Amino acid sequence: MKCIKIDKNEWAGGLEAAASTYRLFGPVKEDEFYEFKALEEGRAPDAAAMAVRNTRTSPRSVVYPQAEVLFEYTTDERDPDAHVMKEPEREEKPRAAIGIRPCDAYSFVLVRNNFESPEYQDVYWLRNYEETTFIGQACHDPCSTCFCTTAGCGPFHEEGLDVLLADAGDHYAAKVLTDKGETFMKAAGWGDEIDFPDEEWEGWKTAAGEKIVSEVPTDRLADIDTLALHDADFWDDVAFSCINCGTCTYLCPTCWCFDIQDENKGREGIRYRCWDSCMFPIFTLHGSGHNPRDAKTQRVRQRFMHKLKYFVDRYEAGIQCVGCGRCVQHCPVNIDIRKVCNLMNSFGETESCSVA
Amino acid sequence: MIAYTDKIQEIARRLLKDCKVETVIGFRKGSVPMMNEPCFITSADAADGLVWDGNCGINLANYLTNRKEKIAVFAKGCDSRNIANHIIENKIDREQLYIVGVPCQGMIEKRRIRQMAPGEITEATEDGDEIRVKGRDFEEVYNRDEALQKNCAVCVHRNPVIHDEMVADEVEEQTDVDRFADVREIEAMSPEERRVFFRKLLEPCIRCYACRNACPLCYCPTCFVDESQPQWVGKSQNPTDIWTFHFLRAYHCAGRCTDCGACERACPVGINMRLLTKKLNKDAFDQWGWEAGLNLEERPPLDTYRPNDPEEFIK
Repeated sequence: MKCIKIDKNEWAGGLEAAASTYRLFGPVKEDEFYEFKALEEGRAPDAAAMAVRNTRTSPRSVVYPQAEVLFEYTTDERDPDAHVMKEPEREEKPRAAIGIRPCDAYSFVLVRNNFESPEYQDVYWLRNYEETTFIGQACHDPCSTCFCTTAGCGPFHEEGLDVLLADAGDHYAAKVLTDKGETFMKAAGWGDEIDFPDEEWEGWKTAAGEKIVSEVPTDRLADIDTLALHDADFWDDVAFSCINCGTCTYLCPTCWCFDIQDENKGREGIRYRCWDSCMFPIFTLHGSGHNPRDAKTQRVRQRFMHKLKYFVDRYEAGIQCVGCGRCVQHCPVNIDIRKVCNLMNSFGETESCSVA
Repeated sequence: MIAYTDKIQEIARRLLKDCKVETVIGFRKGSVPMMNEPCFITSADAADGLVWDGNCGINLANYLTNRKEKIAVFAKGCDSRNIANHIIENKIDREQLYIVGVPCQGMIEKRRIRQMAPGEITEATEDGDEIRVKGRDFEEVYNRDEALQKNCAVCVHRNPVIHDEMVADEVEEQTDVDRFADVREIEAMSPEERRVFFRKLLEPCIRCYACRNACPLCYCPTCFVDESQPQWVGKSQNPTDIWTFHFLRAYHCAGRCTDCGACERACPVGINMRLLTKKLNKDAFDQWGWEAGLNLEERPPLDTYRPNDPEEFIK
């Protein structure tokens, strides 16, 4: 197998060189945890940052910022562009996500189903996605809450990546997967091609897969009757502890829902979109005042039904979850998608289901 | 505190069997280390699933709002004070509740233990004053007192203030704690220093509203940040909007907050927004000697009017 060898001594320098062409994003240390965000000029993720398995919030915002201005306008007649909806100036440099984990990169492949369909193309998301190069990093040491291998990907999964790096001690072995990846490698000045032993790579991959201790069964989801599952008797129990915050949906790499907002000051205004959450009661509040998901159980059910049933049925691309485990780790009341998926998948199999 | 589990199961079983209550609200064992999940049970058989240890920090008063049935609830000191608040604010009737008091020795801050541990914790058990944690290739023992939630470390109301039954004898209350040291540090700052401090404090906020939703005080049918006619607060990541949310929420909790720590505990990005509510707790204490939820008789200072109020502005 052909790989590019990136000596770790050349890591920072390479990224510095790439930064003249790309805007770099990667794991950045906050006070107590790591975020996936823009790297300051000349600040390559160090060994500690690259060892981070899950950044607290997912890299979703690289492509899909939490708030993104769609257009701006003025109604000031003295301005020749009055009443014209103008797109704000865009940064011209393409983006590169450095050290993104395979599950997070795969999340964009799933989310693309929503933002690009035969009847509808979301230009904002697609443009950001297409101009981003994903330099992934394989997970040699997954977390106990990772269940990627049963959620459609895995610690060495390549789908959605342009380059996959594997940590080989004093260097990274970089498997270049696409032309975009090759372009990035050139920009970074990394071109030391080596013959990497297939069996070593496969050995790592197998070893990492064996360290995954969590799993979700998904084999029956597609065949279960939607309405029967919707009316299952376990939802009240699943939803009881939920406080309806947006932690799960905002940390999730595959949640895609947004709100559209207008803000103006005097004669100037903007329209932006921002993440929204199906956990919030106002998410479905109609203009009439009617709210079809007025009760907590309805909202919790919606989140799981969307990810584990509606998505499965509509796109035939597995579940809308990559198994990163962020919601499992950070739900303030310990609602665990692994348990819920288990309940859903085994629905109808036994006479009664219990969560505990 | 793990010793409470048997007693808690026994009480729940008895209350349900004797039809004293329709529902018992407590905790079941969590699916990840150092987490338990609030749950409700309606049959005596299910009582076996209830647990109690230092990972029951979620405030169960939050789960009582607008319920109609007769409920038994397990309540730590802070939970009981928030229940008292609920009763005073007419969110629930005292008669509807069977309060089982749980004397508390402080709840564990899992983030702190995670930081202390050399790797990912896959198992954690409490044993008296010690917490034993295990990972793939390590095992460590920490002193419980070093790993308490910050609010628990300075708590002076560990015993429930109202209850129908106690799980165990009262624990000794802490008396030698400086509750407001952190607030005084902020008070000593110049306005500019404070601005910088608050900016840094609230910078990580992702507006998930976990703090608000974990808070037993935040039961408004529609929060001011969710109002759309008119809309008071923007929904982007604009710092002014984020500040508005946190500051206004804190003011809404003035004279009501018990410093239960639910907000900080729930925050997925580790913001200590308790610093805001604590300042108001300190003001209420300094000005009126008031601590929220200590009994059912006294009205909170901010919903009381007395004709002989010494302040001119209010007359």
